[in-house]
Amino acid sequence: MLDLDELTITQGDFALEATLTVPQGGRVAVLGPSGGGKSTLLLGIGGYIATQGGMTWDGEDLSPLAPGARPISTLFQAHNLFPHLTVARNVGFGLRPDLRLGADGWARVAQVLGQVGLEGMGDRMPASLSGGQQSRVALARVLLRAQPLLLLDEPFAALGPALKVEMLDLVAQLADQNGLTVLMVTHDRADAERFAKDTILVAGGRAHPPMPTQALLANPPAELAAYLGT
Amino acid sequence: MLCLTLGTLAAVLMRAERGAGFGPGDWQALRFTLWQALWSAALSIACAIPVARALARRQFRGRGVLITLLGAPFILPTLVAVLGLVAVFGRNGPLNAALAGLGLPEVSIYGPWGVVLAHVFFNMPLAVRLLLQGWLAIPAERFRLAASLGFGPRQMIRHIEWPMLRATAPGAALVIFAICLTSFAVALALGGGPRATTVELAIYQAFRFDVDLGKAAQLASVQFALAGAAALLALRLSQQVTFGAGLDGTVARWDASGRGHRALDAFWLILAAGFLLLPLGAVVLRGLPGLTELPPVVWWSLWRSLWVALLSTALVLTLSLPLAVMATGKRGAWVEVLSTLAIAASPLVIGTGLYLMVFPFIWPGDVALIITALVNAALALPFALRSLLPQARSLAEDYGRLSASLQITGWPLWRWVILPRLRRPLGFAAGLTAALSMGDLGVIALFADPDRATLPLQMYRLMGAYRIEAASAAALLLLSASLALFWAFDMGGRANAGP
Repeated sequence: MLDLDELTITQGDFALEATLTVPQGGRVAVLGPSGGGKSTLLLGIGGYIATQGGMTWDGEDLSPLAPGARPISTLFQAHNLFPHLTVARNVGFGLRPDLRLGADGWARVAQVLGQVGLEGMGDRMPASLSGGQQSRVALARVLLRAQPLLLLDEPFAALGPALKVEMLDLVAQLADQNGLTVLMVTHDRADAERFAKDTILVAGGRAHPPMPTQALLANPPAELAAYLGT
Repeated sequence: MLCLTLGTLAAVLMRAERGAGFGPGDWQALRFTLWQALWSAALSIACAIPVARALARRQFRGRGVLITLLGAPFILPTLVAVLGLVAVFGRNGPLNAALAGLGLPEVSIYGPWGVVLAHVFFNMPLAVRLLLQGWLAIPAERFRLAASLGFGPRQMIRHIEWPMLRATAPGAALVIFAICLTSFAVALALGGGPRATTVELAIYQAFRFDVDLGKAAQLASVQFALAGAAALLALRLSQQVTFGAGLDGTVARWDASGRGHRALDAFWLILAAGFLLLPLGAVVLRGLPGLTELPPVVWWSLWRSLWVALLSTALVLTLSLPLAVMATGKRGAWVEVLSTLAIAASPLVIGTGLYLMVFPFIWPGDVALIITALVNAALALPFALRSLLPQARSLAEDYGRLSASLQITGWPLWRWVILPRLRRPLGFAAGLTAALSMGDLGVIALFADPDRATLPLQMYRLMGAYRIEAASAAALLLLSASLALFWAFDMGGRANAGP
C-alpha cells in the first residue's frame, strides 16, 4: 500500500500537497488540468524531486531512498530507452545495472521479451523498432525489475489512439498477472475510464484521494468539469 | 588546473617584486600588443562581414567545403601558416612580383603589419563563422516580412542586418582581440625588434636572451592581467563559440538577386577562399620536394611532438570528461570559472611560473617535453569543455532520470551511458587537443635545448637558419601530422557511434 501523509512536493515555486493511500494491486488514474501537477506527483513519488512529509510503501519509508532503490518502476513521457544500446541490453538493466547478467540472466531477458511480444528482437537497436514496440521494450524491463509499484507518466502519449489502447490493455494484463500497483497520469478521460477503477484528481495544488472513476467523471467537481469541458 | 594557472601566477608574482623597473622597451611592447590586437580584430571583422553575408545568402556547390575550411585555421600550426604567408606575401612571393611588374614599391611581411596580416589569416575565418551564426539566427519570417514590404538591399541592411551586426560583431571582435593579445609564435616569426614585439615575445626574450628572470616575471604579471581582463570581457559579451554545428542552412532572400550583388558576393567568397588556400597551397608545393631529404633530426622531433600531443590529449580527456559531467550537477558554475581561468592564462606565463618553480630542483630542460604537454593540455581544456558541455547537459536532461530509475551509477554509468553517449564530442575534443598540441610553439621555446626540440621548434630553427626548403618540408610534415591526428580522433568518435 502506498501511503502519502501530508506530503509536500516542491518544484521551483510550485508546491503540491498530497494526503492519500493507494491499495496494493490498485490501478489508479491521475487526472487533472495541464500544469496542475500530475507529473509532479509522480516525480515526487519516484524520488526525482524533493519532498517533505510522510511517504511509505508497505510501511517502509521511501523518502531517504534514491530513485533506483525505491520499490518503483517508472515509464517517463520520453527517453525510456538508451538509443545506443540493443533492446536486450536496455531490458537487461532491469536485472542488474552493471549488465553482468550471465547466461541465465540473458535467458530471462529473452523470456520477458517474448512475454511482451518481441521474440527474437533482442539484438535490434531501439531506432529500428516502431513506437509501440519501443514501449513494449520498456514494459519488458518493468517486468524484469519486478518492483511492486509502476508509475506511468503518459509514456504512450505519442502513440496513435488504437496503439495506445493496445498498450493500456497490455499494461493492465501484465499488472494483473504480476500483482502490480499502477499510477497512470493521463489527460484523457477515456484512458481513465478504460484503465482505472479509481482516479486521483490533481488540481489547485492538491492531489485528492482516489475516488471511483465512474462516479468522479459522472459528477465532476468544478475544476475538473472546466478542464473536461462537460 | 588551478595549480597550473594560479600556482604558476603566484610563483611569477613573488619573483616579479624583486624585478627591475618597467623600462621604455616594456611600455613599447605593451603598446604594440594592444595596437596589433586592435587592428587584427578590426580588420578581421571588417573582412568577415561581406564574406559571412555572401555565405548566408548564397547556396552554391562547395559551400559546405568552404565552411569546413573556415574551421581549419583553428587546428593549423601557427608556423605553417606563417611560412605559407611568407611564401605568398614575402619578398619572392607573387604579390611583390605583381607590385614590381606595376612599378610599385615592394611590401615587407616582416614587421607590425605582417603580424596583423597573420592574425587576420587566423581570425577572419573565426569571425566569419561567428557572424554567419548571427545571420542564420535571424528568423526566416523576418525576411519574408521584409520581402512583403518590398525592402530593397538598403532597407534590409538598415532594419535587419545592421541591428544583428550591432549585437554580434562587438562580441566577436572582443574574442579576437583577446586571442591576439596572447600572440607569441606569430610575433616570434614575423615581428621582433622595438616596433613589433608583443608582451609574450618580450617575456621570451627576457628569459632566453637576457636571462633576466625578474623582468620575465614582471612582464608575465602584466600579460596575465591583460589577458585576464580581455577574456572576462569577451566571455561576458560573446555568445558561445560553436564549432560548426548548424551552419548548413541559408536564408531565402528576395532583395539581392541582381547581377551586381551576385558578383559582389562571388568576389568576396573567392577572395576569402584564396586568402586561406594560397598560403597552404604554397606550403604543400614548396614542401613536397624536400620531404625525402629531411635531416633525421626533423624526424626525431616529429616523434617527440607526437608523444607530447598524445600525452596532452590523454590529460585533457581525463580532466575534461569528469569536469563536463560535474558541470551538469549542482556545482556547474565552478567549471565555467575554471575554464575561464584557463583562457586567461598564457602559455608563456605558465611556462615562466613553472620554470621558476622547478628551477631550484631540476634542470628545466630535462622536463621540457612533459611541461609542454601539461601546458598544452591546460590551454586546450577550455575548448574541449566547450565541445563536451552541450552534449553532457543534454545527456543529463534526457537520460539522467532513466539512469537514476534503474540505479545505474558508478562505473556502469560511465561504461554503458556516459562514454557511448559522449563519444562524438570526445573524439572531436581529442582531435582538437592533439592538433593544437602538435602545432604549438610556445612554452617549448622557453625550455628546450637543441636535442629536445619538438617539430614546430625544429621548423622554426630551420627557418631561422634560412634553410627554406627543409623548413617547408618540415612544415608540410607538421601540417600533415596535425591534420592526421585531428582526423583520426574525430573519425574514431564518429565510427559506429550509432544514433
